[in-house]
Amino acid sequence: MDIFETVVAKSAGITAGSPLTAVLTLRKEILELTENSHEASLRPNQTGSLTHSERAGLACRITKRNNDPVLTRHYETMFGVGSQQIADTGFNGGGDDRLKAIIRHTDLVTLNPKDATEGDITALRSVGLDDADIVRLSELIAFISYQVRVVAGLRLIAEVA
Amino acid sequence: MSEPIKDFTTVVPFWQPRVAPVILENATDEQLAAMKVTVSNTKIGEYTLVLAQDPETLQQRTPLFNGIMYSRGGLSRAETELGAVAASVVNQCIYCAAVHANRYNELTKDESVMDAIFSPSENDDEDSPISPRLKALLDFATNLSQCPSVATKEDVERLIENELSIGEVLDLVLSASLFGWANRLMHVLGDPLPKD
Repeated sequence: MDIFETVVAKSAGITAGSPLTAVLTLRKEILELTENSHEASLRPNQTGSLTHSERAGLACRITKRNNDPVLTRHYETMFGVGSQQIADTGFNGGGDDRLKAIIRHTDLVTLNPKDATEGDITALRSVGLDDADIVRLSELIAFISYQVRVVAGLRLIAEVA
Repeated sequence: MSEPIKDFTTVVPFWQPRVAPVILENATDEQLAAMKVTVSNTKIGEYTLVLAQDPETLQQRTPLFNGIMYSRGGLSRAETELGAVAASVVNQCIYCAAVHANRYNELTKDESVMDAIFSPSENDDEDSPISPRLKALLDFATNLSQCPSVATKEDVERLIENELSIGEVLDLVLSASLFGWANRLMHVLGDPLPKD
């Protein structure tokens, strides 16, 4: 895998010949596993009840909550049916109880994970998510939260290096 | 059942899952493969069994976690733990904070830094056991862990002034970011309870 072709390096604007090349090469395995995690979170083989389109929409929404327009554009390129609406931070799920609960949970855990309680898990179950789906949703939110910070950090390092 | 722990501690709690762990006897081959990466013995923790509900992410996450926390070269083990603790304090993940504060204390044989982080009121001025370098590390990791991140170029320059190399700064970014991930699993999917 070419480290400069990974989503995090591209989103941070790091290209071949960057002063960060040596340190990133030392952490090549981590960049590869980060890229693999992106695939496993966004385009898994076993989606459970969370479709690829829903995942792309939620990922995009999380990047907006983190004020990262570059990653927002990246996730927009992965959009399928319905993604656009989910990614709209003014949309709360409307009359769709399942989507409403998923979006509410995504916003909560993205912005204020410390406020999550047992009741938030119960709320997801009550709209039909099973425990595996709850873990899948959690991994998606948690991975994007990691990814946006890696990208933010890489950009800051690139400014100083 | 005892109440979840609300205050930071260096005593590692028991983690009580809120969602069902995979039952080992019923695990699929894919789940077993994902969990095997985690452990070299037969004792598989509840947390891993919960994450095995989504084996595709667990399969990648475990080597990624180990790569960031335990790789050789770059930031020292103790300072890597500090990035984890800073994120866990922001996200108030009592369990992760305890595990990594505990490791920091074991590695450094010094409990005063974690005491100062967990009880900031007793820690204002020049008496602080937190050196300028550690303070720069903590401030950067804390700022990066906000949503959105409020870390700045000045934060990174302060790390460089405190003699961190670019590679060490990268490792700190990875460690703090990793706990933006880990905290959102550990704190959301379970409760920290007293150990008995």
